[in-house]
Amino acid sequence: MSANGRRAFDVVIWALLLTMPYWMGAIGGYTELATRVVVMGLAAMSLNFLLGFTGVLSFGHAAYFGLGAYGTAMAIKYIAPNTWLGMAVGIAAAAIASALIGAVIVRRRGVYFAMVTIAFGQVFYFIAFRWNTVTGGDDGLTGWHRMPIDLGLTQLDIYGEDKAFYYFALAVFAVCVGMMALLLASPFGRTLLAIRENERRARFLGIPIERHIWLSFVISCVFVSVAGSLYALLNNFTDPRALRFDQSGNFVIMAVLGGMRSFWGPLIGAAVFVALQDYVSSRTENWMSVIGLVFVLVVRFFPRGILGVLRGKAAA
Amino acid sequence: MSLLRVDDVSKHFGSLIAVDGVSLAIEPGELRAIIGPNGAGKTTFFNLISGFFAPTSGAIKLGDEDISALSPEARVARGMARTFQITEVFPELGVADNLRIAVEVAAGYGLRPWIGRIARREIDERVTGLLSLAGLTAKRHLRVGALSHGDQRATEIMMSLALRPRLLMLDEPTAGMGDQETFEISRLIRRLHRQEGLTIMLIEHDMRVVFNLADRIMVLAEGKVLAEGAPEEIARSEAVQAAYLGKAAA
Repeated sequence: MSANGRRAFDVVIWALLLTMPYWMGAIGGYTELATRVVVMGLAAMSLNFLLGFTGVLSFGHAAYFGLGAYGTAMAIKYIAPNTWLGMAVGIAAAAIASALIGAVIVRRRGVYFAMVTIAFGQVFYFIAFRWNTVTGGDDGLTGWHRMPIDLGLTQLDIYGEDKAFYYFALAVFAVCVGMMALLLASPFGRTLLAIRENERRARFLGIPIERHIWLSFVISCVFVSVAGSLYALLNNFTDPRALRFDQSGNFVIMAVLGGMRSFWGPLIGAAVFVALQDYVSSRTENWMSVIGLVFVLVVRFFPRGILGVLRGKAAA
Repeated sequence: MSLLRVDDVSKHFGSLIAVDGVSLAIEPGELRAIIGPNGAGKTTFFNLISGFFAPTSGAIKLGDEDISALSPEARVARGMARTFQITEVFPELGVADNLRIAVEVAAGYGLRPWIGRIARREIDERVTGLLSLAGLTAKRHLRVGALSHGDQRATEIMMSLALRPRLLMLDEPTAGMGDQETFEISRLIRRLHRQEGLTIMLIEHDMRVVFNLADRIMVLAEGKVLAEGAPEEIARSEAVQAAYLGKAAA
């Protein structure tokens, strides 16, 4: 796709995101669903920073998504009822955990890396599941909710106004996505592409592979924790399912479905996933089978994902 | 002082002795060829020098520094660059982007989340210069994976050159090429050696290329040094002829 084509596509994406609460109803959706698309889109794009742009597969990103969610919920419930504080605690918890775990696993490659990320992820899941008195155990953490944002002269009522929370989430999404785009267009981002493309060549250009993969892992986990934090704020609730390995699998499905070699692909994948989940789950308990079938068909016939197909057609 | 000094280096893989007590000294500005029949240990010897494997015994010095225990990245930082028998590039990226990555890493920008306008202009100029040197300017935006084998090889050599190496190591640079591509790559190597003054060490099977380019030649057979000397000495060596053609020919 040419530079002009890419810019036009960016404009279309942002126009759709900025107006989503106003047309979502016309296609059978609602504002909360739009917010879920943005939050899951951020989670899938964050995973894809590592998967699509560094070439490293993690099946444990739900751990950091969940740490963001639990950190936010617990800070608001136990420390102070402040949305910013909650987000900061959730993101800091995920940053510290990913930095420590990343340092341990960064020498593993391929399926071994993926397996170790699952193992560490499940540790956090069982802590949340078992530690009833603090995390609420299987019932989840209740008795708290997101707080209005104090803007000095006025307040943004993200608790009472669905649309206000949507635009709050979209603003956070925009900051995170902007930072990811800048990083990927930088010399550091190009070293990640180099590692994805050919690790041996990258090493013999003098790129310290392990350090760069570790950085990419931590950056990816920090952004996914932002999504987790927003997810908890969206639901005014969090439970251990946010940390479980099938949630990690969902992020991978979203990225692959949309197209993991493209920047916006995972957002498209997340939109399809969330919409299908919402529509099909209202008709059958076996909604995951339908998503599984769609996933298999996309991987079989469109291995570059939905956006890969659209770009191919645009280029033809 | 020799630029590269290898002292009595060996590499054992279990009971297999791939390299057996090989010593070598390369002077600055020299073009040294390493030849030998298949399985002679040439690529293993290259891998030991570039840090792919650690030697079982012996020492490798670059300048006056012992680099035997250093990682490949650390050896690159000290001025060593190499290419591989099977071309190693970034196939999904464009030619210019392949070179840009190498130039940025060599300039110490590999961890930078941004660079200033002046630095960016300097990098652009360096990339343009490398493209021009390799005759790849018209193909700068093409995906490297879509290029001919010869152009991919030239891109890989230019990526190594982008590191401004003190020693450039080329592992079978003309492998799998037709006559025209072999001629082009040989011309490029000669230009790098003569015009840029690069010290080059190469493994090569094509004897026309070796005898055309090399200042000195080292012959390996069964992991040991069979002969070493100027091209005309090697051409006359009966031991070398025997190693290549079989003992009956000697």
